[in-house]
Amino acid sequence: MAENVRPRVRVPATVAAGETITIKTLISHNMESGQRKDGDGNVIPRSIINRFTCDFNGQNVIDVTLEPAISRNPFFEFQATISESGTFQFTWYDDDGSVYEEQKEIAVE
Amino acid sequence: VAALPMPVFAAATEDQIAEFTGGVEPGTGGITLTAPEIAENGNTVPIEVDAPGAVSIIILAAGNPNPGVATFNFGPLAGSHVASTRIRLAGTQDVVAVAKMADGSFVQASQEVKVTIGGCGG
Repeated sequence: MAENVRPRVRVPATVAAGETITIKTLISHNMESGQRKDGDGNVIPRSIINRFTCDFNGQNVIDVTLEPAISRNPFFEFQATISESGTFQFTWYDDDGSVYEEQKEIAVE
Repeated sequence: VAALPMPVFAAATEDQIAEFTGGVEPGTGGITLTAPEIAENGNTVPIEVDAPGAVSIIILAAGNPNPGVATFNFGPLAGSHVASTRIRLAGTQDVVAVAKMADGSFVQASQEVKVTIGGCGG
């Protein structure tokens, strides 16, 4: 079901302490809505990413619940306030039980 | 129902709002929903929602087969209460955003998006 899933995340490499940064994430995924039919009129079963989370050093930044109305290749842009160097942990949860993860380091100047 | 700015929401949408708010009628103001007036392709419509002080924001598409679109829950490190994503719209309809504020109140915004080609492959 979930082949060629590739997360992409854009985070600045460095930041001033206390600064708010913008994070962009994209993950390649079909997000099959469960509404479409194949050539024979059979409903194609739903297969989507249903949850996305972003944490920094173990603290939550954003936790998103996705419904089938989120477009293919789900994209999110949001902001985080950073006061120390550390690691962003991005996690996507697939309907089929797969979990896709990505990490990004950021350093406070 | 107290005077909503938009005339008709599908019943399913009202139900989802009521579930989110626990039956409290959302107010207006303090939330901004940005969506295009016209979307040529309903498969990918960019939206942005901004509700300073929000704990969580729910996005609904009143004219989709299922109105639910997404729920954003903001954590302690959220730099602002702004989020952008891309959504599917089956046709011309109202997109609705309801935010739960830190004090437990709710605010709502909606915008009509005219869709040229629907995005639900029905």
